[in-house]
Amino acid sequence: MRGSRPESIVVIGAGEAGARAAMALREQGFAGRVTIIGDEPHAPYERPPLSKAALTDEVEPQAAFILTPERLAEHAITHRSDTRVLAIDRDAHRIELAGGERIAYDRLLLATGASARRLSIDGAGPDNVQTLRTLDEARALRTRLRPGSHLAILGGGFIGLELAAAARARGAEVTLIELAPRLLARAVPADLAAIIARRHEAEGVRLLTGTGIASIETDSTGHVVSLSTGERVVCDAILAGIGAIPETGLAERAGLAIDNGIAVDERLATNDPDIFAAGDCCSFPHALYGGRRVRLEAWRNAQDQGNAAATNLLGGSDAYEAVPWFWSDQYDITLQIAGLADEGSETVTRELGDDARLDFHLANDGRLVAASAVGPNGKIARDVRLAEMLIARRATPDRAALAAPAVKLKGLLAG
Amino acid sequence: MTTTTATQWIEACAADDIDEEDVIRFDHDGRTYAIYRSPDDEYYATDGLCTHEQIHLADGLVMDHIIECPKHNGRFDYRTGQAKGAPVCVNLKTYPVRIDGDKVLLGLA
Ligand SMILES: Cc1cc2nc3c(=O)[nH]c(=O)nc-3n(C[C@H](O)[C@H](O)[C@H](O)COP(=O)(O)OP(=O)(O)OC[C@H]3O[C@@H](n4cnc5c(N)ncnc54)[C@H](O)[C@@H]3O)c2cc1C
Ligand code: FES
Repeated sequence: MRGSRPESIVVIGAGEAGARAAMALREQGFAGRVTIIGDEPHAPYERPPLSKAALTDEVEPQAAFILTPERLAEHAITHRSDTRVLAIDRDAHRIELAGGERIAYDRLLLATGASARRLSIDGAGPDNVQTLRTLDEARALRTRLRPGSHLAILGGGFIGLELAAAARARGAEVTLIELAPRLLARAVPADLAAIIARRHEAEGVRLLTGTGIASIETDSTGHVVSLSTGERVVCDAILAGIGAIPETGLAERAGLAIDNGIAVDERLATNDPDIFAAGDCCSFPHALYGGRRVRLEAWRNAQDQGNAAATNLLGGSDAYEAVPWFWSDQYDITLQIAGLADEGSETVTRELGDDARLDFHLANDGRLVAASAVGPNGKIARDVRLAEMLIARRATPDRAALAAPAVKLKGLLAG
Repeated sequence: MTTTTATQWIEACAADDIDEEDVIRFDHDGRTYAIYRSPDDEYYATDGLCTHEQIHLADGLVMDHIIECPKHNGRFDYRTGQAKGAPVCVNLKTYPVRIDGDKVLLGLA
């Protein structure tokens, strides 16, 4: 198939990246067959609301569709829901579905995403420790959040913190347990994480950092989480937000290269030239960061990689090098991160009032490599967006200008 | 052809309240609008809230003739209101704008 125009493109995984890629194939004029296969029962939907509005809305949350069934039909995209792909036969250019059916492809996109990491501790199982990745899980969790109920959240990452905010909004009591000495230790600078921690405490969340979990017991009346400190937390529901694992099983069994995710090149191609991967499931070399291999779990990355993968599935040679970008909403504050903060060796802070703060991360050579901010969305979003553009241009902005709120970042961009 | 309602011209701001290639928020009669000044020094107006979620577009970034939403970076052409692709798919409503001396007037039906 290499070189020739494909006639049939199959996408495995009907999430953010898969849905965007399928649409982009049509937008780019591809007239052949497009099939998306996903193991969830719904048309492709947005995940970010699941830990936000979906949990606090008064009514049972509806899917926020990326592509409604009508739009799928309008663009002649075949969506097979409730269908798990079991194997890829690369020689025959065929995939095998649960149930035995086989589908042929000329080019294949793996957009299998990631799944919630499960807690491996005495007494923990899928029945008593919930995770939050799908609409059905969000619906199940929402029914547990009501005034007076007590939720234990294991893990002080984004999902756990957004869930804590949603649970407080619904009047539930929350104890959040984090093994590391502080919240968001992997992704967010300490000064910003401290602002977030203070806000959670002010909202009545009990934050227990530096605390491990010894065991979990469940009986008909509820659960008891036993902590490393000896304390026993009695609760009605437990959620583990302890990270996600890329869905690589299918690729691995097909002999594709794996390296913290399905390993792709800058065109998002795997080591099989007819198979590409995009979104949370893949790791790729990032040109902005010296070709460092990264795997992102971020909504915009999934969209942008879906778009780029579509171009390259059709024979294009789009090198993917978008600046990583992530946001999180908790209460009425937003956190946004552009770039890779751990590439920085120096931080310059811009104070944006008492409730907002923006950290610029500079590399040894003065290059701006990332920006992280916390505050009301309206106070930080524009500056983070401009920082993102400076990062993309590999700019080395003046430190004093970055630190001074009166200096418009847009002006730095022109210089 | 008949027009049923005459356009009402509301004073929104002074012309130099808005920088070139920028936007400000204007609230009137319980509604919120965004008023733009383009790089070629023309003025435009749209509804103030994004069509994806209820987010004030005036906190977003103007680039050329595009306003980018500060929440998930949805983009609109503020001259026509046209949504430029995911995650925004519903167009923005636009309103006529007139300059009267140094004042920017917003035309509401
Ligand atoms: C609760 C929650 C909140 C989030 N909030 C934010 C946020 O605020 N900001 C942000 O930037 N990002 C956020 N994210 C991350 C963002 O949603 C993901 O990065 C994005 O969904 C990744 O898209 P994807 O297509 O790679 O994977 P997914 O959206 O996970 O889609 C993969 C799909 O493939 C299916 N699949 C896997 N294997 C198979 C198989 N063998 N056969 C068939 N189907 C298969 C899966 O079931 C799934 O439906 C959030 C994620 C979650 C879960
Ligand atoms: S709220 Fe504007 S793009 Fe989502």
